[in-house]
Amino acid sequence: MRNSMRRFAIGGAAAIGTSVLVLTGCAAPPETDGNGNGNGETSNPDFIPCMVSDTGGFDDKSFNQLGYEGLTEAAQEIGATPNTVQSNAETDYASNISNLVDQGCNLIVTVGFLLAEATVAGAEANPDVEFTIIDDFADLNGDGKPDSDNIKPIVFDTAQAAFLAGYAAASYSKTGVVGTYGGIAIPPVTIFMDGFVQGVEYYNAQKGTSVRALGWDVAAQNGSFTGGFEAGIESKSLAQSLIDQNADVILPVGGPIFTSAVEAIRDSGKDIAMIGVDADLYETYPEGKDLFLTSILKGMKVGVHDVVIQASKGEFDSTPFVGTLDNDGVGIAPFHDFESKVDSKLADELDQVRKGIIDGSIEVTSPSSPKQ
Amino acid sequence: MSEQTEVVTQPEPAPEQRDRTVEQSSRWQQAMRDIVGGSAMISVLAVLLALIAGGILIAVTDARVQQTAGYFFARPGDMLAAIWNAVSKAYLALFRGSIYNFARDDVGSALTSLTDTLVFATPLIAAGLGVGLGFRAGLFNIGGRGQMIMAAAAAGWVGFSFNLPPVIHVIVAVAAGLIAGGIWGGIVGLLKAKTGAHEVIVTIMLNFVALYFLMYMLRTPGLLQAPGGNTPKTPPMEPTAIFPPLFPGHNVHWGFLTAIAATVYVWWLLNRSSMGFQFRAVGINPNAARTAGMSVSSVYIWTMTISGALCGLAGVNQVLGTVTSGFSSGIDAGIGFDAITVALLGRSRPWGIFAAGLLFGAFKAGGFTMQAAAQVPVDIVLVVQSLIVLFIAAPPLVRAIFRLPTPGTAPRRRVRASDRRAEKGAAA
Repeated sequence: MRNSMRRFAIGGAAAIGTSVLVLTGCAAPPETDGNGNGNGETSNPDFIPCMVSDTGGFDDKSFNQLGYEGLTEAAQEIGATPNTVQSNAETDYASNISNLVDQGCNLIVTVGFLLAEATVAGAEANPDVEFTIIDDFADLNGDGKPDSDNIKPIVFDTAQAAFLAGYAAASYSKTGVVGTYGGIAIPPVTIFMDGFVQGVEYYNAQKGTSVRALGWDVAAQNGSFTGGFEAGIESKSLAQSLIDQNADVILPVGGPIFTSAVEAIRDSGKDIAMIGVDADLYETYPEGKDLFLTSILKGMKVGVHDVVIQASKGEFDSTPFVGTLDNDGVGIAPFHDFESKVDSKLADELDQVRKGIIDGSIEVTSPSSPKQ
Repeated sequence: MSEQTEVVTQPEPAPEQRDRTVEQSSRWQQAMRDIVGGSAMISVLAVLLALIAGGILIAVTDARVQQTAGYFFARPGDMLAAIWNAVSKAYLALFRGSIYNFARDDVGSALTSLTDTLVFATPLIAAGLGVGLGFRAGLFNIGGRGQMIMAAAAAGWVGFSFNLPPVIHVIVAVAAGLIAGGIWGGIVGLLKAKTGAHEVIVTIMLNFVALYFLMYMLRTPGLLQAPGGNTPKTPPMEPTAIFPPLFPGHNVHWGFLTAIAATVYVWWLLNRSSMGFQFRAVGINPNAARTAGMSVSSVYIWTMTISGALCGLAGVNQVLGTVTSGFSSGIDAGIGFDAITVALLGRSRPWGIFAAGLLFGAFKAGGFTMQAAAQVPVDIVLVVQSLIVLFIAAPPLVRAIFRLPTPGTAPRRRVRASDRRAEKGAAA
């Protein structure tokens, strides 16, 4: 009896397989293999740009993904084929880097501060390969410059942009309570929270209000964290607890954890706004676009893109790229749907604050800011 | 369908087991024993099946195969070539990354792949032995993660904050790790023995306790956090505390020898010592063991303690061998759970686990090359590993596919055949 079942199962699988082929396999074959994208002057098909993700993976709707997009777009422009690998654990970084070196990569972009040790080790072992690390200064020995001449750090003073977002949040809040929480308490995350809370405090000082910012204590460098960069119940319950404390603007910092905050807000049925991080989430996460007051932008895509193009022309240098408000490496997104709901003077005020930060009259201090 | 379920949970005992001690244990214990104690053949075939299924997945997810499938009937050769290309390239990369990298110029650096396999195998073997030992005593230790974390924290702390002479430093760090892992496992044994708390629940919960405790320590200056920084990461290990490399220029370190030693120890413990005999007796039937005068509760405590210490050895290897530049909260790298697979594949036998650990170490080392050289998503390697577990957990499926006899039914089949012949004869 089991025999006949097996025959039936195999027969069924074969039938399904054949029908799939019949249904899909009738198109005409391509005439020749036209192989030649990449346009004119910047083209350098022999150049191999490569990238190693951190454990978030390239589909994290956040900084791995932005870096990946920057890499693939630049590769398309120069007609090169990029090679990208994902890491599943912190023990994977070194192996991934050495395998990419074996594949003949010319430029290896490592995404994230957690890859610093592996990047420095890889750069020192392979002096003829160029390395770029996002979100870290690659300065392990603490002498103020990258540990190896073939590493170019791409870092961002995100606190400046987060300051603007904090100011906007304080201005928008009707309950007088705003909140934030993060994935893991690492500098690229807490720098957002530093700027955000200071922005709220600055608003209070200017307007004589007393908007409270929950979830992060700048002085103690201590706050609420989910413990990981995955969406899930931890993130949802942290968002929930902020909602319960009457917060009406929430800033979740850390890859995809914001999606759980969206859920928590929808569940609560209250009128609560969110602030996105890294990319303009109004554009990249349309499912929740009605919730985003603004987003804190980090120019990773542009940064990676430019480094790849430069390196492909043989113009790689190890001068760090520091994204600031001044060079538009960081910024905040438009209010989109909230345009009509925010104070009409807010845009002008933010412009003033922005100028103040750039000329140094307004101080944004974060221990996580890149030293320049 | 019901007949199949019946086969899974209650196969006919082999003739030599006819004394039927089995009847006293529950169906689930029986199922568990079947899963962890299947034949070696099942393990090998499960790996084979998983590799075949993995090959299909590689082919299906390959962009070129998808493209050529569009005009399969006009030019079938294209698609077949694309399939062959994708699958052979992927498995060749697996080989190159895990055993011998023939793309390198000299033999020494070509063998780096093999030594990388040993590096990744080391913690898998150690933790696999821990989980496997638990299986033999009828305990399901899912707490490898927590035990690894506690051991890594203890060994790491000794490794970067103590100032000791070279050899002694390593020994003290390893001992600290083993003790921490042993205590973390022992708590589970104690709770099970004294209160009857189920070890699965307790180990899972202790995983979280250990993880968040580690995060707290990593955030607290003076405990594990590197001074001068704001990052949840430890300082690098002192050079005196690091496992020295076995061969110059390769990543494999003395930790691998500790894995071999642990394998020998567990083999001796289970097969040559009276304590191990008690472990096995309790694993087969706790009631009978109690009747025979053994202390089941002390067996639970000792099993979990030793199991925890073995998982701890895996954690120690991570911080003193694999990642010596300081670690953060992801240091367990999922090995506590992979170890369950390793123990199952090794059928809970020490040398079986050793071999299974090597295989999984090879998958891990080769996975990087599969990704970098053949652009196979790293998830495929995980899928292959998961399929191995699936096939091992369903021996009847593997037997059905390869037409292997069900244990204990071989005589019956022959009887059946002759019956049929007899029937035919009678009909004629």
